[in-house]
Amino acid sequence: MSAVVFARHAMTPAERLRDAGWVAFVGLILGIPLVGLTTVDVGGRLGVETRFGLLVAAVAAVFAGRLLLRWSIDQARNRKLARDQASTATAADRAHGAQKVVTVLGWVALGASIALPIFYSDNRYVVDTATTVLIYVMLGWGLNVVVGLAGLLDLGYVAFYAVGAYSYALLSTQFGWSFWEALPVSGALAATFGILLGYPILRLRGDYLAIVTLGFGEIIRIILVNWTEFSGGPNGISSIPRPSFFGLEFTRSAPEGSQTFAGFFGLDFSPMHRLIFLYYLILVLALLTHAFVSRLRKLPVGRAWEALREDEIACKAMGMNTTNIKLSAFAIGAMLGGFAGVFFAARQGFISPESFVFTESAIILAIVVLGGMGSQMGVVLAATLLVLIPEFGRNFAEYRMLLFGLAMVLIMVWKPGGLLAHREPTLRLNPLGKAASNKEAA
Amino acid sequence: MSKTPTSTLLSVRNLTMRFGGLTAIDDLSLEVPAGRITGIIGPNGAGKTTLFNCLTGFYKPTTGTLRLAHPSHGEMRLEALPSHRVARDAQVVRTFQNIRLFPKMTVLENLIVAQHNVLQRASKFSIAGLFSLPGYRQAEKNAIERAAMWLERLKLTHLADHAAGDLPYGIQRRIEIARALCVDPVLLCLDEPAAGLNPRESAELNELLLYLCGELGIAILLIEHDMSVVMNVSDHIGVISYGRKIAEGTPEQVKNDPQVIKAYLGEDEEEGEAAA
Amino acid sequence: MAYALQQLINGLTLGAMYGLIAIGYTMVYGIIGMINFAHGDIFMVSAFIAVTAFTILAAADVTSIPLALTFVLIVSIFFTSAYGWAVERTAYRPLRGSTRLAPLISAIGMSIFLQNAVQLTQGARVKPIPPVLEGGVVLWDAPGFTVQIGWSQMLIIVTTVVLMLAFTWMITQTPFGRQQRACEQDRTMASLLGVNVDRTISFTFMLGAALAAVAGVMVTVYYGVVDFFIGFLAGIKAFTAAVLGGIGSLPGAMLGGLLIGLIESFWAAYLWAEYKDVATFGILCLVLMLRPSGLLGRPEVEKV
Ligand SMILES: Nc1ncnc2c1ncn2[C@@H]1O[C@H](COP(=O)(O)OP(=O)(O)O)[C@@H](O)[C@H]1O
Ligand SMILES: [Mg+2]
Repeated sequence: MSAVVFARHAMTPAERLRDAGWVAFVGLILGIPLVGLTTVDVGGRLGVETRFGLLVAAVAAVFAGRLLLRWSIDQARNRKLARDQASTATAADRAHGAQKVVTVLGWVALGASIALPIFYSDNRYVVDTATTVLIYVMLGWGLNVVVGLAGLLDLGYVAFYAVGAYSYALLSTQFGWSFWEALPVSGALAATFGILLGYPILRLRGDYLAIVTLGFGEIIRIILVNWTEFSGGPNGISSIPRPSFFGLEFTRSAPEGSQTFAGFFGLDFSPMHRLIFLYYLILVLALLTHAFVSRLRKLPVGRAWEALREDEIACKAMGMNTTNIKLSAFAIGAMLGGFAGVFFAARQGFISPESFVFTESAIILAIVVLGGMGSQMGVVLAATLLVLIPEFGRNFAEYRMLLFGLAMVLIMVWKPGGLLAHREPTLRLNPLGKAASNKEAA
Repeated sequence: MSKTPTSTLLSVRNLTMRFGGLTAIDDLSLEVPAGRITGIIGPNGAGKTTLFNCLTGFYKPTTGTLRLAHPSHGEMRLEALPSHRVARDAQVVRTFQNIRLFPKMTVLENLIVAQHNVLQRASKFSIAGLFSLPGYRQAEKNAIERAAMWLERLKLTHLADHAAGDLPYGIQRRIEIARALCVDPVLLCLDEPAAGLNPRESAELNELLLYLCGELGIAILLIEHDMSVVMNVSDHIGVISYGRKIAEGTPEQVKNDPQVIKAYLGEDEEEGEAAA
Repeated sequence: MAYALQQLINGLTLGAMYGLIAIGYTMVYGIIGMINFAHGDIFMVSAFIAVTAFTILAAADVTSIPLALTFVLIVSIFFTSAYGWAVERTAYRPLRGSTRLAPLISAIGMSIFLQNAVQLTQGARVKPIPPVLEGGVVLWDAPGFTVQIGWSQMLIIVTTVVLMLAFTWMITQTPFGRQQRACEQDRTMASLLGVNVDRTISFTFMLGAALAAVAGVMVTVYYGVVDFFIGFLAGIKAFTAAVLGGIGSLPGAMLGGLLIGLIESFWAAYLWAEYKDVATFGILCLVLMLRPSGLLGRPEVEKV
């Protein structure tokens, strides 16, 4: 029976109907307890409410959706077959072409992100959302070092984000440090935490590593919730100072002896100035991160990370100290997460443990994997998608996370290697282009 | 093929390796001379790969000593070193029976990764590397040249920018040898390098091994089933069966040793006769 | 002393439930080497099904407790297994043979999906049900403290023991168990020898879900409340239990579950209740550092 459902050949209409019918039947079984029935509060006790109309509608939707999906998959497959037969491009050419497209896309994305606040200078929502995207891009690039390059499965990345955010929050509210003073210190603190976590678990592999990092993330969060004197507990820390523009505050009126941003430039005060400044700030931080990680990738340490991901035993046989390599990946990933955390705290002005739950780690990990492990542009694409998909669902706000989860599953099933799975070598013997392909042909 | 006697490079004394109840290597002693090719043969499961694993720090021997007379560092005890130090400090480098390349990285990258320690030192905690300082640039250039030299020597230059994992088996074997050579070994341990090669490739392998040993003076420890390789290139052969050394000597001596014929070559015949 | 005894009973009860969920993790890990991140949410779904079933029974004026429990168990096991099957079919099977991370991400997505699906269809509020099994047996009337084992606690411990026995029998004695173990050791070889690997894997997911369903019913009976978020923490604790016991090992999962239950209840009783999860994870880290393959897991010698 199941062979029919997932048959590879193109289906006849009768088969399609049977297939959709079978899926709808499964949908019916699954739907009965959750969609068809629910419990409601009737006078202090639970009573059962039936929603068979809704159930029938849902099953019908599943039936139609399955028919449509099956049909479009077949169409896409036929088109792809035809295309493959028609084109004579080699795999190398195609990879080369893909790389070109990605590069062009990268420049377009950069241009668009620089221009965005100019076009949306009075649209708070757009600038805010774009800032959120950039925070996730930066986090994704940071985690990409650990997971994408070094291949170490980290499910607790949010802990370093939290360390960065709380470091800045405490340094600024308790000791009056400015954003720029706190940024490097917080990053260093996060890196230290990275090493502290990394050291004891170096020997662990794969999934053991995953669960311990997850546990570590939870431990940090629980401590933040319960150690009230230190972290403010569940209420968090508020009135965190915002970063200033070279000493110019983004406020309506400046305190004695200093100037506001608007006053200095002779502009009318607008709350958008700060938002746009924050947007450019995270853009610069993200670009620096990108430059840093891309450069590291081409250095011995970066190649060692990738080699570690590919085969740890071979690394050892080549005389590489895998302990140091792993620790450096943890430390640098953690540091970048810490930077992002500092920015997050400065942007929100308020932080609480609720922002550092496991779901955040999962989202960041999803960004790295959906993007295509190790691919920097993939992270941008995946972060944009994952932030925007729930935003599109904003009109039915309750469905946001539902859509988010569904999207994660669908993208993974559709492209298990990630959206941009192509890997660009860190160095070449023969420069790319005609020369190389000529040689191959010869 | 008579050569002047040389000093001992590696001496294995009373090596024993047990896995629970199984004794994979049983009180094995062996001398590996400098600048020579030493063959190790023996039936499947005899403990040859386990010997390599003990040598290169992947397994800790149950008992026994592994002394390396390193040309510049003096005597080193391999059994006390972790695997990465065996390769880095003692310069004993190995290949694997079931090839272990970095499959998604290109051939060139594989060879550059093998020079990690040199490059890492030149990159000064990546600072010199990040800013692309001249010292680091020079080191990187040297590394690429070195890699290019081995690629040329092993006829791999045209494949340098291909992902290593996508290439045919025989080529992957060569890449693995090239990669090991980039670590700059004093003792090169090859685990069945001819497995899966066609006759022409095996002949090329012979030539390469003789070159490495004859011209460059690299000592080679060679596990091999392909007799056309072992018998032709080895100066000396040790035969292992059930973890014990049952014979050793020149290829001629080993070939004619009744013990060897019984344990290694003739086992099937005898069983066949018994059954008949 | 009396207090400690009471904590022991509470810890064992809690641990038995963790153990039941942990078996689902361990079996799936054993056979396809992935963390089924959605397993905790499958457990949560089963608890909601149990709530609905109990409410239906209450509306129908069923008063016989054994009858009610049997009915609820059967209903919950049936639907929850269907969920286990469907999750594997849609989110994991298409990813078999791809990278190790792909199914993990898909599983995390599935977990988020299930959590929100339940929240949407069943509401975000906590669901209380009237007590099903009240009272218990007083074991020891010490001065100042009475040690009691509740009927629901007894039910949980007895059910778990019976299930464990049945389960061990099934894995060691039945054809399915043989096929399951064969797939664990070498899937390719098993399929060459005529084992229907797809079906075995599907069945493993259903079994794991069925055990989670039992745990779901027990939680509903024991605590009397469920909400859509219980899957996350229970899932993580159970997975921790599976890892602690040595992932892939069935007795290990049970042992790990019991240990975690005991650690939690003793830590909460004698030290700081707020930090009980920190203790759990801390001990997990310690055990893994000393015994990287868990308590009962086979030590994994890296074959080079
Ligand atoms: N890590 C290990 N754990 C248990 N047994 C092992 C291990 N490594 C090797 N063995 C056993 O040691 C024996 C020798 O194996 P090996 O050295 O690989 O033989 P070969 O001579 O074919 O290379 C075999 O019986 C093998 O199963
Ligand atoms: Mg071998």
